Amino acid sequence: MEKKKITEILKEKFPEKIKETSAQFGDETVVIDRDFLLELSKFLMKEPYAYTMLLDLACVDYLGDDVRFEMVYHLFSITNNDRVRIKVRLSEKDLKINSLTPLWKNANWLEREAYDMFGVHFEGHPYLVRLFMYDGFEGYPLRKDYPLRKRQPIIPIRKKE
Amino acid sequence: MTYRIQKEAKKESMLINMGPSHPAMHGTIRIMLELDGERVLNAELEVGYLHRGFEKTCEHKTYFNLLPYTDRLNYVSPLINNLGYVMTMEKMLGIEAPERAQFIRVIMSELSRVSDHLTALAAMTMECGAFTAFLYYIQAREEIWKVIEQTTGARMTTSYIRIGGVRADLHPEIDPLLDKAIAVNRALLKDCHGLLDKNKIWLNRTKDVAVVSPEMAINYGFTGPCLRASGVSYDVRKAHPYCTYDQVRFEIPLGDNGDNFDRYMVRMKEMEQSLKIIEQARKKVPLSPPSVLTDGIEPAEAIKASRVKKTEAKITLSPNLEGSEKEVYPRILTKGKKYIVPPKEDTYTNIEGLINHFKFFMGGHGIRPQKGDVYFSVEGGSGEVGYYIVSDGTDKPYRLHLRGPCFHIVAALEEMIRGHYIADIIPTFGGLNMIGGELDR
Repeated sequence: MEKKKITEILKEKFPEKIKETSAQFGDETVVIDRDFLLELSKFLMKEPYAYTMLLDLACVDYLGDDVRFEMVYHLFSITNNDRVRIKVRLSEKDLKINSLTPLWKNANWLEREAYDMFGVHFEGHPYLVRLFMYDGFEGYPLRKDYPLRKRQPIIPIRKKE
Repeated sequence: MTYRIQKEAKKESMLINMGPSHPAMHGTIRIMLELDGERVLNAELEVGYLHRGFEKTCEHKTYFNLLPYTDRLNYVSPLINNLGYVMTMEKMLGIEAPERAQFIRVIMSELSRVSDHLTALAAMTMECGAFTAFLYYIQAREEIWKVIEQTTGARMTTSYIRIGGVRADLHPEIDPLLDKAIAVNRALLKDCHGLLDKNKIWLNRTKDVAVVSPEMAINYGFTGPCLRASGVSYDVRKAHPYCTYDQVRFEIPLGDNGDNFDRYMVRMKEMEQSLKIIEQARKKVPLSPPSVLTDGIEPAEAIKASRVKKTEAKITLSPNLEGSEKEVYPRILTKGKKYIVPPKEDTYTNIEGLINHFKFFMGGHGIRPQKGDVYFSVEGGSGEVGYYIVSDGTDKPYRLHLRGPCFHIVAALEEMIRGHYIADIIPTFGGLNMIGGELDR
């Protein structure tokens, strides 16, 4: 008997919350609202699904769309050897989402990176500062409206305390 | 800006910077330490010194042009980075490389894995004072790189694995070099086991230092040798076999404690397995017939002749193109002119070839996958190298995100060194195999 796909299970369990499912190129994807992210992650983390690893977190900027940003989470279950992708759309005006740091420790840095590059605010993050860029960097470099060769202002030399 | 550690530090403890330019912080990283004597109470990492905007750059390059940038991610195993990117694209385009190319890819990525582990262990041992072991490791790595250089033409920035296959066939004289590389590495493994396994200084710095439990490793998203040292059996080569990894036999070595010593041991054992894979894979790729480069007519003559009528004669290619003649193409590259660079013989001597060449390289043409997004990963030297690519149907990626394995692993360093001595930081950091190019992107 073929194992039931995780997207189908989720669709049955949360018919109102799952907005869309797809499996382009064989990657199982669910699209949800941002309020549901933490609950869904907790649900997926538990047995028997056991998506215990946050494999990756990326943000995509769809400049020109009504809802501009999209957060993409990849979860991985070692016991079932299965990956699932969660997508959450975020509008530019209200660029906030729940932090996953209570569940996964590597979410700390991954979310700092997304904050650094796109300016997404993660609510509940213990230490949301830039990760790669320096303090005093202006703008968010991976946004589509940030020019490739933009120059940054020279930052003043730090004073001795 | 005041750092978290400055705010949280106790009044009586001492704050000290390790790095960014510290000989042991290879790859430029800064560790801020809160110390009580020699004991680390707290630590904060600052990364990003090597941030070059890899992802932003890729968004402005075509799918074909961005391949060399992937070399520069994990610069001790560039072939695996190439492979990860290329396989992601192949998944998106729905193409597959010929079997011979698949085995060449397996050989190349295993060679890279060995060189990656050798570099990691060389740095780790040297910083603990084992300079002999360092020299042994680097000498063995040299032999690996000779093999890689012979076939790919470069030692580090190879760009050898291409969408649809590989750039050139294996060098006709690869056998003696590969034999030597395998023999040297086997001897090295034996020597280094002898030098280090029961060495008291080494054991003191590695045994039961920076123990990572399986739960913590998974929670931090560890992959690769660091995860397996904690006793979790997960290897992308076994879990989601790609290329022809399902046709070779190998084992996944595991550690049981998750300390520095296990990370060292897993790497040593993995190299043994990699050498075994190379031996099996090379049996499946019988050497190609000798190159036809030497007995053709000169390119200039061929071009001249082609102006009058179509030439069928063989052409002497530049030695830089060795192993990528038109006849070799079906063996090492997929069919379909949409995805591969047309053979140079055609480009210069007939109009169809020239058109194909322009169609491939012209802006707005070339490789154009369908709309959508895809994730694919391969097993890199320090863990799962994954690419998440969003395509909008044009010839440039809309978004390319790299899942660098050491990003997740280095994120755990703060917690791993807490409570240990300063001297323990060095082997712990070395055992993580932090690669700046991949971490900072």
